Amino acid sequence: MAGELLLTAGVLVLLFIGWQNVFNSWVLNGQQNGAAAQLGRQWLDESASPSGGGSSSGGGSATQTSVGPAANIPVEKSAPANQQPIAVMYVPRFGTDWKRTVREGTGLDVLNSSTAGVGHYASTAMPGAVGNFAVAAHDTGYGSTFLHMQNLRLGDKIYVQTKDGFYTYAFRNYQYVQPNEVAVLDPVPREQSAQASDRILTMTTCNPPYHTVERLISYAVLESFSKTPPAAIASVVG
Amino acid sequence: MYAALWRVLPGPWWVRLLIVLVLLAAVLFVLFEWVFPWVDGIVDQNQQGTVGT
Repeated sequence: MAGELLLTAGVLVLLFIGWQNVFNSWVLNGQQNGAAAQLGRQWLDESASPSGGGSSSGGGSATQTSVGPAANIPVEKSAPANQQPIAVMYVPRFGTDWKRTVREGTGLDVLNSSTAGVGHYASTAMPGAVGNFAVAAHDTGYGSTFLHMQNLRLGDKIYVQTKDGFYTYAFRNYQYVQPNEVAVLDPVPREQSAQASDRILTMTTCNPPYHTVERLISYAVLESFSKTPPAAIASVVG
Repeated sequence: MYAALWRVLPGPWWVRLLIVLVLLAAVLFVLFEWVFPWVDGIVDQNQQGTVGT
C-alpha cells in the first residue's frame, strides 16, 4: 500500500515535469506565435491603409540603410505602460515561422503570457533607438521562446516590427554572465560611462537550458529600417 | 490499492481494462487542465531569463 502510494507520487512528479516543459510549453508556443502573427498583420494593415495611424504617407518600399547616430529612423518616444505590446520579433534562425510579441516589462505576467513571451526591460531604449533595446524571455517552459538562442550565428537577421515599420538587426556576439549582471542593459552594454552611438538589440535568457545558474546574452546591431516587410520574412508577416 | 480496485470492477478482464483506461484518461485530464497549472503558480516563481536583482 505505502509502496503503491510512493510510486504514484513519483509518477505524478514526472508527469508534472513533462506537462511543464513539453505539453504546456508546446501549447503556449502555439498561442504566442498566433498572437504575434495577428498583431503583426494588424500593424501592417494599419500602415498600408491611407487613413491608418502611419505618420508618413506610405512611400512604398522606402528602405533606410544609413543607421548612424544622426540617421532619420523612426523611434517611439513615449514609454508604454506595463504589458503593452511594443513590437513583434521574427528570428528565422529560431524557425522559419517563429514570431513573438514583445510587451513592456519583464515580469512573469509578460514572460509567461499566452499573448507575449518576450518582455522589454522598461528602463532600456525603444526599437531602433540609439542605445540598447533590451528584451528577455524563457529558454525552456512557457513557450520555450529563446530555446534556440545558442544557434545564432554571426550576421543572422533579427527582425523587429513596430507600428512604424521593420528594424533589421544583425547578430553580433554572445556573452555568458551572472544573473545579476545588469550592466548588459547599459546603452553601451557593460561600458557604463561610454556615450552610445550604436543601435543595439540585447536578448537575455537562461543558461544552460533547463537551469537558471547563468544568463546567456545575445547582442545584435541595427542594419537597416524599412516601412515594408523585408523580403526574407515577407511570407511570414501577414 | 490497485489490486483492490481491479477486484471491485465488474465484468470480464477486457471490460475492466476499458474502465481503467477511461478512469486514467479522466485523471490525466483533470491533472493537465487544473491541478498542474495550479501547482505551477505555486512552485515556479523565479525570474528565469532576466538579468537583475
